[in-house]
Amino acid sequence: MASATGVGASVRRKEDLRFITGKGQYTDDINLKDQAFAYFLRSPHPHAKIKSINTAKAAKMAGVVGIYTSVDVAKDKIGGLICGWGITSKDGSAMKAGPHPILAEGKVRYVGDHVAVVVADTKEQAKAAAAAIQVSYETLAHVVDAAKAMTSKVQVHDVAPDNRVFNWGLGNEAETDAAFKRAAHVTKLDIINNRLIPNAMEPRAAIGAYDAGTESYTLYTTSQNPHVARLVISAFHGLAPEHKLRVIAPDVGGGFGSKIFIYAEEVVCVWASKHAGRPVKWTGDRSEAFLADAHGRDHVTKAELATDANGKIIGLRVHTIAAMGAYLSTFSAAVPTYLYGTLLSGQYNIPAVYVTVDAVYTNTAPVDAYRGAGRPEATYVVERLVETAARELREDPAEFRRKNFVTQFPHQTPVIMCYDVGDYGAALDKALAMSDYKNFASRKAESAKNGKLRGVGLSAYIEACGIAPSAAVGSLGAGVGLWESAEVRVNPIGTVEILTGSHSHGQGHETTFAQLVSDRLGVDINSVSIVHGDTDKVQMGMGTYGSRSGAVGMHAISKALDKVVAKAKKVAAAVMEASADDVVFQDGSFTVKGTDKKMAFGEVALQSYLGHKFNSSEIEIGLKESAFHDPANFVFPAGVHICEVEVDPDTGHTTIAAYTCVDDFGNLINPMIVEGQVHGGIAQGIGQALLEGCIYDEESGQLLTGSFMDYAMPRAGYMPNLADFKLGFTCTPCPTNPMGIKGCGEAGAIGSPPAVINAITNAIGVREISMPATPLTVWNAMQASGMKKAAE
Amino acid sequence: MHSISLALNGKPVHGQVEGRTLLVEFIRESRGLTGTHVGCDTSQCGACVVSVNGKAVKSCTVFAVACDGAEITTIEGLAKGVDLHPMQVAFKEHHGLQCGFCTPGMIMASIDIVKRHGKSVDEETIRRELSGNICRCTGYHNIVKAVQAGAANM
Ligand code: FES
Ligand code: FES
Repeated sequence: MASATGVGASVRRKEDLRFITGKGQYTDDINLKDQAFAYFLRSPHPHAKIKSINTAKAAKMAGVVGIYTSVDVAKDKIGGLICGWGITSKDGSAMKAGPHPILAEGKVRYVGDHVAVVVADTKEQAKAAAAAIQVSYETLAHVVDAAKAMTSKVQVHDVAPDNRVFNWGLGNEAETDAAFKRAAHVTKLDIINNRLIPNAMEPRAAIGAYDAGTESYTLYTTSQNPHVARLVISAFHGLAPEHKLRVIAPDVGGGFGSKIFIYAEEVVCVWASKHAGRPVKWTGDRSEAFLADAHGRDHVTKAELATDANGKIIGLRVHTIAAMGAYLSTFSAAVPTYLYGTLLSGQYNIPAVYVTVDAVYTNTAPVDAYRGAGRPEATYVVERLVETAARELREDPAEFRRKNFVTQFPHQTPVIMCYDVGDYGAALDKALAMSDYKNFASRKAESAKNGKLRGVGLSAYIEACGIAPSAAVGSLGAGVGLWESAEVRVNPIGTVEILTGSHSHGQGHETTFAQLVSDRLGVDINSVSIVHGDTDKVQMGMGTYGSRSGAVGMHAISKALDKVVAKAKKVAAAVMEASADDVVFQDGSFTVKGTDKKMAFGEVALQSYLGHKFNSSEIEIGLKESAFHDPANFVFPAGVHICEVEVDPDTGHTTIAAYTCVDDFGNLINPMIVEGQVHGGIAQGIGQALLEGCIYDEESGQLLTGSFMDYAMPRAGYMPNLADFKLGFTCTPCPTNPMGIKGCGEAGAIGSPPAVINAITNAIGVREISMPATPLTVWNAMQASGMKKAAE
Repeated sequence: MHSISLALNGKPVHGQVEGRTLLVEFIRESRGLTGTHVGCDTSQCGACVVSVNGKAVKSCTVFAVACDGAEITTIEGLAKGVDLHPMQVAFKEHHGLQCGFCTPGMIMASIDIVKRHGKSVDEETIRRELSGNICRCTGYHNIVKAVQAGAANM
């Protein structure tokens, strides 16, 4: 039976007190003595040669400490930004990575590209001086549309004459072609996965500080993975060796992927701090976040699904053009490949799958992982196709899915993944029951009475978290291992500090990790603290993204806890004069089998440090253990979303009338936090489906959606009402970690967009509609199909 | 430069500000109260909401000089010692926050909603009234629950 603060309990979060009282410490809340401020001069052009940069006038302006350009970067031999995942094209060639200098060298490639940086006493002075820098540009033709990149005369990078970064393929091509030849029915869709701007509410920020006395640097930064930032800044930018660079990511105000990457601004702050002889602080404006944070999605896809005469899926063929933007961001190449193609089998038993991906440069901000990263794109393709196929075959979309579900585990798909465990039918049943699917017709009739068109849409998603094992991802092109580290420090009085290489940016690790420790060591949850986000405190770690911190991060903690318990048993045995084999540890006490001898965990901790009652040449003093964990496989969360919408036929306005989501995340550590993750993910998915779309003007190459006034974010009113938003869970415990958990951070954003779009197409009786399904888009679709008339 | 005097969380504060200094800059930079956040530059997100003379105001959208003589309460001024405001308690109890960045503004705006609409403010009103506050983490579901619960206890 779980304790009130143990695994499985909805423990209220330990981190909340500081946030609800305004005592959180985000990067911009930190101010160092004598700090100066950086302001970046950004390119106003999507594509241009830089003929000259004249900083003479600006340099003389009040408060200016220094102005730096690519000339200074070259002088100091500061390396460029890197893409940490190399993709090999079908023809065996390496991906074509163009240079990505921290300050533009000779050319700018997107609106917002970094041209120069001004460091001054105040932000205002830096900004004013930046405006006085004279840059002479020779504008070049540009391309912003992914679909046109390969045929455009524009060349974004010299290394890629047709703007193609790679042409990648996965699956069994010949078998897939054969499946389509013998198919009884083929369903085809042209799909655009709209470009999104992540917009974590905390804008990115960084403070670089150089200590001349120790010749070392400190970087405070809004990062999901400070150790990786340190590694890259050391190894690739060459600013300082790792032991001379401390990276601290304090409280981080949301990330959703956008704070995984190593950006020019943070590297520049570190570098400039030595030149300036003062700490250099940069805090991005929201406008800069729109321009220069890595964006997400932006796929153009042709997809087809083959079914046999019994309505069984026999093949899936997909071709995708994936925008990479003007430069390859840190993990960008992995997103439309190994995080996308590998999930195209969905929850279905599909014998033949083949996908090809052309990744292309465009004159836009870089595109990289955004909540779900590749998996939402895959799910959208599969679930739009499956729903459309069911409708074409006049089968109930739920039953069509069910009859094609994978039911035997483990299941090897044709696209690398081996699903370990699941029960897709159980989640479907539960979702159908919770949403009262069978009575949809009566709700539709009710809506019709109010002049509204009601529709229902399903989505049965699967995703993969905890990318692993390291050797496997290495063979697929990853530049890093994807393990996690943990250290458990038991203090002499029995309180516990957990040092973890994962890092929370809203996920509540300080609570969930402590729940595990509290359960395992039998200590009070308030006697456990979680230390993260500081490379000087925590040994190497890989950070938080890809819903990995539970399955991978906690597994490392679990391993270290095992070692602590084993060591403590030895100490307890020595103190109680028993054999370690006879010592049992349960509910926080060590007992000796068959006796009434007993020691509390805290007493054993103290004895470990006293060393009075055991031979310290046999048992080492202290109680502190660490572990690295490299998972054996991915974990595979899966579930079913059912969305009901109401469309106003007069305006095309869509309301989410009801939303049901059933997830199998294996065991839950903290259901309250898990539900919060699902709510948030679904809000982002509803945002993608109904509201959000990043638009670059084709003619000018300018970002048209550059603020919250032009880029529609989901607000409270867009979400379903409390009573109409239902979450449920099924559970097949994950076999590859001792907690039996999967990942829950991204699933909501992965499963929801196709459910919403399937509901809208059902409501208005059209086959296709593009995201975001704004009122105008929906209204136009109704006009085109004659639906409006029929509704009248 | 202009001299201003105001009451910040019940304490008298005097300062010199430029005409262009925003209230949020004054609060964060001059007074070191960093609980009030800046999430945008177009007055859209509400991360910066504080109370000025009893009314919720986006502090990125008023000049500090315009607040001369005002009584200002920020998130730091809500609790009475260790006694949290009922709205703060409700946000924690109902998991109305994840990364916490929007939270101070959400709490300040929510208290104002309850002041204007009463303890039994309905869900639709809460959602409509929160349209000037963006949260990217929670999907608002638990925020709405928290506001209802906080309202009942105010
Ligand atoms: S910072 Fe004031 S509304 Fe966004
Ligand atoms: S809790 Fe992160 S933005 Fe609201």
